[in-house]
Amino acid sequence: MSDISNKETTVPLLAARGLVKEHGRTRALRGVSLELGAGEILAVTGASGSGKSTLLHCLAGIVRPDEGSVAYAGKRLDQLPEKQLSELRRTDFGVVFQFGQLIPELTAVDNVALPLLLAGTPRLQARARAGEWLERFGVRGQEEQRPGEMSGGQAQRVSLARALVTGPKVVFADEPTGALDSLASEQVMAALVHTARESGTAVLLITHDAQIAAYADREVTLKDGVVVSEADASAGSLEVSR
Amino acid sequence: MSTRHILLGLLASGPSHGYDLKRRHDERFPQARPLAYGQVYTTLQRLVRDGLAEVDGTEAESGPERTMYRSTDEGARELAKWAGEIAPPAPFVTNEIFAKLVVSILADGDPAAYLRAQRAAHMARMRELTALKTTPGSDLATVLSADYALNHLDADLRWMNTTAARLNTLTAEVDAA
Repeated sequence: MSDISNKETTVPLLAARGLVKEHGRTRALRGVSLELGAGEILAVTGASGSGKSTLLHCLAGIVRPDEGSVAYAGKRLDQLPEKQLSELRRTDFGVVFQFGQLIPELTAVDNVALPLLLAGTPRLQARARAGEWLERFGVRGQEEQRPGEMSGGQAQRVSLARALVTGPKVVFADEPTGALDSLASEQVMAALVHTARESGTAVLLITHDAQIAAYADREVTLKDGVVVSEADASAGSLEVSR
Repeated sequence: MSTRHILLGLLASGPSHGYDLKRRHDERFPQARPLAYGQVYTTLQRLVRDGLAEVDGTEAESGPERTMYRSTDEGARELAKWAGEIAPPAPFVTNEIFAKLVVSILADGDPAAYLRAQRAAHMARMRELTALKTTPGSDLATVLSADYALNHLDADLRWMNTTAARLNTLTAEVDAA
């Protein structure tokens, strides 16, 4: 478990202040502030329509907020020119969605190698590294299979390998187990958490499922576009009545 | 929870003494309240009295002499009967969280604040159990018991969320009246 006892004294890796975002006439975010520490696993929970996914899109630099700021390692993402922003997203961020969004025509290993190829890594080297990441996520043996030939859990672990292959500082995961049964969810989450802890990658995990949120160090709950509660594991273990 | 049937179940794999039964119980039910030695010996005496178990000599392997017990045929039949019986699905709705919430509403307290605090405590316990079951090398009994507790805590949480939403609606209706 990451050390969160000194989180107040360290500069957060990602910090959002007063985020407001409207979709047409709907105000999805109404002044959200939150911080994500380096190597921290943070769950953002809330009901459908509470603003979770919009928040993820703002934090990951996929959309710009209408108001407020997003700072990543001291840089203002919301003010960064598009070219630098997309470069930063490619080098420092990994993203996983509910449905892995793997390219159906490519094999598992080519899907995972893709971000490396886009960054200029030679093909053989990219495929070798992709193979190593597939092994870390327990999908060795499926390298040459296409997404349609894999189970949902396997495909999602391939998506995680693709999100982590470039060594990002933050992985944004939007309902990564939303389409999986409970055992496959557990395998995906255990693989994600284990790998993130091992590599010191921070994870922002969007979920409406308390059992998935329980993998995180800390939880922030959204309701109607505002943060309604924060809870973390720093309170220590609970007195359980025996 | 039937301690006598659990002890009969542990005796099903062969004769054993009280100390060993207590140790195996705590291993098989890792998140349960540990069995007290006194309770083990009292239960064994009752099983013998009822003809479900019998004394099977003594054993003294590098320590104090211990009385061995084994299940009787009647004990095996009783165990099979109990294991196949359906447990009544929630015959009574008695739960401390539910009781506190009702009392809080009756006494004009702050049920919403109570629900928020209880939810945070549930989540903290769920994080502990998740860490426990995903620790490399966790044994099956630990994983199964953590799964059981996590699913029940999750059910509590869903009930608390629904209740919080109902309280909001109720408050809005009262305020509008």
